[in-house]
Amino acid sequence: MSDPAEASLQKAKELVEDLDFKHVTSWKTEHPGALVVGHLPIYVPRPLFEAMGCLPVTIFGGGDQLDVVRGDSFFQSYICHLPRSTVELGLRGSLDAFDAFVFPSTCDVIRNLSGMWKMLFPKKAVAYLDMPQNFSPELGGRFYAAELRRVAAMLVQSGAKPLTSEALSLAIVHENQRQALLDELQALRTQEPWRIRASEAYLATRAGTQLAASDHSTLLLELLKGFRERPARAYDNARVVVVGSFCEQPPFGLIRTLEQSGCDIVVDDFQLGLTAIRGPIPLREGEEPLDSLVRAFLVQGTPTACRYVGNAPKGQALLTQIKQHRADGVVFLAASFCDPALLDQPMLEKALDDAKVPHTSVKFSENTAQFQPVREQAGAFGDSLKLWGGRP
Amino acid sequence: MTAQVIGSEAQANPVKDQSQLRQKRMIADHYKRLSTAREDGRKVVYTFVPGNLTELLGALDLLPVLPEINALQSGMRGKSAGYIAEAEKAGHSEDVCSYVKCDLGMSLKGNLGPTGEKMPAPDALLLSYTGCFTFMKWFEILREQYQCPVLMLHVPYQGDGSITPEMRRYVVDQLRHEIVPALEKIAGKKLDEAELGRRLAASARAEDDLVKVWESGKKRPSPVDGYFGGVYYVGPIFSAFRGTEEAATYYQELRTEVDARAARGEGPMTPDGPMGKEKYRLVVEGPPCWTSFNDFWHMFSSEGAVVVASTYTRVGGLYDTGFRHDPEHPYESMADYCLGCYTNLNLPSRVDLLERYVKEYEADGFLVNSVKSCNSFSVGQLQMMRILQERTGVPGGFIESDLVDARYFGKANISNRLQSFFQMVEARRARKDLPLPPPVEGRLLQLGRTA
Repeated sequence: MSDPAEASLQKAKELVEDLDFKHVTSWKTEHPGALVVGHLPIYVPRPLFEAMGCLPVTIFGGGDQLDVVRGDSFFQSYICHLPRSTVELGLRGSLDAFDAFVFPSTCDVIRNLSGMWKMLFPKKAVAYLDMPQNFSPELGGRFYAAELRRVAAMLVQSGAKPLTSEALSLAIVHENQRQALLDELQALRTQEPWRIRASEAYLATRAGTQLAASDHSTLLLELLKGFRERPARAYDNARVVVVGSFCEQPPFGLIRTLEQSGCDIVVDDFQLGLTAIRGPIPLREGEEPLDSLVRAFLVQGTPTACRYVGNAPKGQALLTQIKQHRADGVVFLAASFCDPALLDQPMLEKALDDAKVPHTSVKFSENTAQFQPVREQAGAFGDSLKLWGGRP
Repeated sequence: MTAQVIGSEAQANPVKDQSQLRQKRMIADHYKRLSTAREDGRKVVYTFVPGNLTELLGALDLLPVLPEINALQSGMRGKSAGYIAEAEKAGHSEDVCSYVKCDLGMSLKGNLGPTGEKMPAPDALLLSYTGCFTFMKWFEILREQYQCPVLMLHVPYQGDGSITPEMRRYVVDQLRHEIVPALEKIAGKKLDEAELGRRLAASARAEDDLVKVWESGKKRPSPVDGYFGGVYYVGPIFSAFRGTEEAATYYQELRTEVDARAARGEGPMTPDGPMGKEKYRLVVEGPPCWTSFNDFWHMFSSEGAVVVASTYTRVGGLYDTGFRHDPEHPYESMADYCLGCYTNLNLPSRVDLLERYVKEYEADGFLVNSVKSCNSFSVGQLQMMRILQERTGVPGGFIESDLVDARYFGKANISNRLQSFFQMVEARRARKDLPLPPPVEGRLLQLGRTA
């Protein structure tokens, strides 16, 4: 019997693997005059762009499918891999159909890349979007609202539709619908991880970074139906959380390797761009939808390595996640030279040690090609979790 | 992020100028104050060099500690390797900033400061988030260790190359409504705005004199080395002393000494004594390598290469584009100071500044020292170099090292590269009619896309 999710998964896979962004060109043909806004992986307020008639598309670099030659000549050996392949994509013309680029505040690399981009592609609209690290509505909130208006103005200047409250409210509704479906997908993974593998959830989620929210919702509905209908049997795997993937993405083969080594990844942070806001963005009567977007960022933000946690205990959110998803252990999967993830890791590890939660760590680059050591390490970790609860 | 005169190993030159002796005394006194801070009932605030609020801390009688300075001092004193090893043993990745690891290692090994005296634990961590993302992680780690409050001052990045009214207001409002009240609570007293104003005025005087010192690099020969010597010059103003009368006096003295040297037609002092004939005038981008500071300097001075201007010496404050602290607008000028530090400028602005330095200081070469630890500095430097070469017509050189991790300082390799670079400058000088080889990026753009 064929897999009822197969066709939709194939659609998602094609979107994820399309390094020439043919889907972007097709979208532009279907939406004459509308802009495509490329952005780097961590959170940007996608409804803002959609409300202006733009298609926000996340740029994840080239993964392990791109031969980076020219991009390498722009970066020293100790810089992570994502900016290299991103520059490569730009220089080889893969991003020509993009009209504007937004670099959200993530780390020093992405920040400086925004300036490099301005100099490399002077005819494109380029904005660095600063996210507040102060979460008071009167301080960080006001600044963030001004940032959003600034970026919106840049897009209007490039030919986007002016932002209206009605359009933004509608875009937020669409985003909330997508988020509800992503929550359903997550709930299914938590309940029956054997029914939807992490690699499949990865494709289902990441595909949405290339689509408008409503199109992603359509795809998610198809996928959820397929996942629920597919025959599946439970495996006695270890339940793990994967954290630290952050911005540069692990090769797809690495995710497959982890799940084939006896670990059910019940939750992960591969796609922070779509999960940076927890829960729906509430639209309040009498409130400007832009302010709703701002408020959601301030009070519903997912704790990540690039978001200041204030004086709250570090690792608290991870421990909550472990409990909520009934995980047995944690796999740290950080990109080489990723400062935010790697500087965060010892603090998170300590929180796990204090709570007696087993963990292991693996480093990768987007073009890592050797998975056998990871298979052995993750396999041993999974076995130890099953045999001894991970404790010596 | 700056050198300070601690101990004899920092500078072998036996004859010290008045300003050098003053700086040494100031620093020794500061560390003494820190060592007895607990007994004296003084509160201690750790903070960073870029975006530091020293006048504010001083006006509240709070003592600043700058972990970057501790780290570079450890590097200069040969202690950083052990400290980094200690931090890596504790789980910190070899990939991340060596300043952070050196500082953590130092605290794990008893937190002995540059003078060998124990540094006090912080009463608060003032996190000025200016120009460096790693600062945030650094203080999150220290907070876990010291269990003390962190005061976050989020300073937006100049992504479009300018300070907007919204950015300024955001910083000013944070200062007024969060930072000052929190510091007052720690200090146990209200801020004396008149005292803050006096300190800001003293800062502005020191800044005036420092700019004159920098600008003396335009003379031939340059009486100063704006990089190796420059890191000593910025010691007081980048650290615990900006806003004090003593710092103002220091810069007045320094300026007088530099003017006198210029009048005598002398070049800068080096660890090996007065520099000989000025042969190459360079602009340098990027921090120095502290673990081999004197070796590194010697590679330049022995060849008659003087650094007439550098960007590293602007990381704790960019004054030669006109900014001054202003007692009439204390909060606004503190905000502008934070927003204007060198690494808070976007890359096109950094290239513009370097171009200006190359042209105004009549440099015949520019060099990038790219350090592994500092993405804030390093990302984009290869592109900056190529663009500068195109714009100025002078050759660019590129070397790699690290701040305080000696494993990344390959002496022979760096020396070879510098030799080649000097030869290139020489060749270019002899045949100015010849075009420079097209920079790599230019070739790529010709072959590839021009968007």
